[in-house]
Amino acid sequence: MNAALRGRSAIAPWVLVAPFVVLTGVFVLWPLGQSVLMAFQQTFGPGHARWVGLDNFRAIFADPMFFTALKNTAVYTLGSVLIQMPLALMLALALNRPDIRGRAWFRLIFFAPSLVGVVFVAMMFALLFEKRTGMLNVLLHAITKHTPAPWNLDFPWLENFVMSALIVASLWQWVGFNMVYFLAALQNVPKDQIEAATVDGAGPIARFLAVTWPAIRPVAGFVVLLSIVGSFQLFELPYIMLNSSAGPENRGLTLVLYLFQTGFGVGDLGYASAIGWLLAIMLLTLAGLQRLIGGRREGDVG
Amino acid sequence: MSEGYARSMQGGLGGRAGWLAVVGLLLLGAGITLLPFVWLICAAFKKNEDFFVSMFLPPGDGFLGVGWDRLTFEHMVNLTTKLGLARAALNSIFLSSVTAVVATLLCAMAGYALARLRFKGSGLVSAFVVAMVAIPWPLLLAPGYRVLYQMGLLDTFTGLILPAVAPAFGVFLFRQATRSSVPTAMIEAARVDGCGEIMIFFRIALPMVRPMIGAFMLVTFLGMWNNFIGPQVVLQSPDKFPLAVAVAQLRGVYYQEYGLLMAGTLLAIVPVLGLFLMLQREFISGLTSGAVKG
Repeated sequence: MNAALRGRSAIAPWVLVAPFVVLTGVFVLWPLGQSVLMAFQQTFGPGHARWVGLDNFRAIFADPMFFTALKNTAVYTLGSVLIQMPLALMLALALNRPDIRGRAWFRLIFFAPSLVGVVFVAMMFALLFEKRTGMLNVLLHAITKHTPAPWNLDFPWLENFVMSALIVASLWQWVGFNMVYFLAALQNVPKDQIEAATVDGAGPIARFLAVTWPAIRPVAGFVVLLSIVGSFQLFELPYIMLNSSAGPENRGLTLVLYLFQTGFGVGDLGYASAIGWLLAIMLLTLAGLQRLIGGRREGDVG
Repeated sequence: MSEGYARSMQGGLGGRAGWLAVVGLLLLGAGITLLPFVWLICAAFKKNEDFFVSMFLPPGDGFLGVGWDRLTFEHMVNLTTKLGLARAALNSIFLSSVTAVVATLLCAMAGYALARLRFKGSGLVSAFVVAMVAIPWPLLLAPGYRVLYQMGLLDTFTGLILPAVAPAFGVFLFRQATRSSVPTAMIEAARVDGCGEIMIFFRIALPMVRPMIGAFMLVTFLGMWNNFIGPQVVLQSPDKFPLAVAVAQLRGVYYQEYGLLMAGTLLAIVPVLGLFLMLQREFISGLTSGAVKG
């Protein structure tokens, strides 16, 4: 009977995994293989390609647009991680206090923006940053109306401060999402150690550094990595907010926006694939570094 | 929660003053978070000229000093009757529902097999799953487009749905869920009773991972609803566009029709926020399950 069962179960598992394997093969592995080949091709739309060897990579390393995109992406990533992470952690610490009422409501409110699609966030913030009618300028003007230097209603956020505008929009969207991760991590903080530290007379900062931070460090590392990876793939926000362009002097050009422009604007999917590979290599290197650093620190503690 | 812990947390930022500071910070944060939503709702019903008069609702002599009679449903009517947003909404509902149901089923099947069945090649498939999660999506954008072109799937819903129904992270999540909530003993018992392997999955395993089914369906639904780059690249006929693309295209054409643009945006996010209000727990556990279970 056992043998009969085994015979049957040799096919059944494959019936269950086959759809996943086939679809992944066709829509992930095949394109992945193609992307390797395409990085060495120049294409004219999806139907015509010619081999160009390493020309794509040579061109990219001599392409000022690519470096503009890389710089902008790095600035955006640094800006959003450095502002968002401490804020998310602060909100989580605040919501973790048992003496705060309505914590579920706060969590609901902070989390809600992350459900709104990036496209729709971009639509909203494009108009929030508008010159005469946008909420931000009108608000700043209303606050400063009676001061000697009232806010200029024509302040051009989307022209002069593209990156700040993008960082603010993504802060609004993701800070609550990251907060939920930190909040979950805070449940792992050993309460007896907090008590012991309090009894020993440790202040809030000392307690945070000695007990809380070591306990949430692995999750913090993960959230930072997730946020860096997400930031590096920024596309919709500038694409929509800047009206399908990269803004004045390409100030809003990001790596993926440039990949999109070369691949689907110009029609050179080969060049786009080469950019894609450079992006993937950067992200994998970052993930590897994070693992290396994270692993070593954990080793020190244990 | 012990008394000592509560006290130590209260002492965290200097007693009463600290508590006030924390509550102040939270209220301020919540206010800033809600402000764009409030602005959006007001803007969606405002006439264009009133954008220059007021930040939120136009002033007037109605209730609360608001000019209620100056508000308008015109944008909503125009969007749904003349500008094809009703069609786009249907497209979004169709694409998101089909993707959510099929992806959940396929991921649950594969996740169960990898967690509880032994078969040749299972190690390879598991390694696959982990490797796939690490691929950044922009890398597949250009080659994926060419593959869809070669298969003749450009400008079809099939070309949009098929690549989205077998996400590796879904298989990963269902493998974890199966491991933690489907006991091997139950499967063995069903086998002894003569139940087939496929029936065991549907009758026993699937009902036991129900919490993950709910959460994952919501996440994939939301993912397709908010997906912009996929339909933007794959679809060409305007009558096939989902809301994300249709609304974004309004900005190109009617870029100074503020009320119209915000009405379209509101129309697209209300269903999602409504779902969220009804099913908060599933949403939060689904969207953040990557870290906790990882």
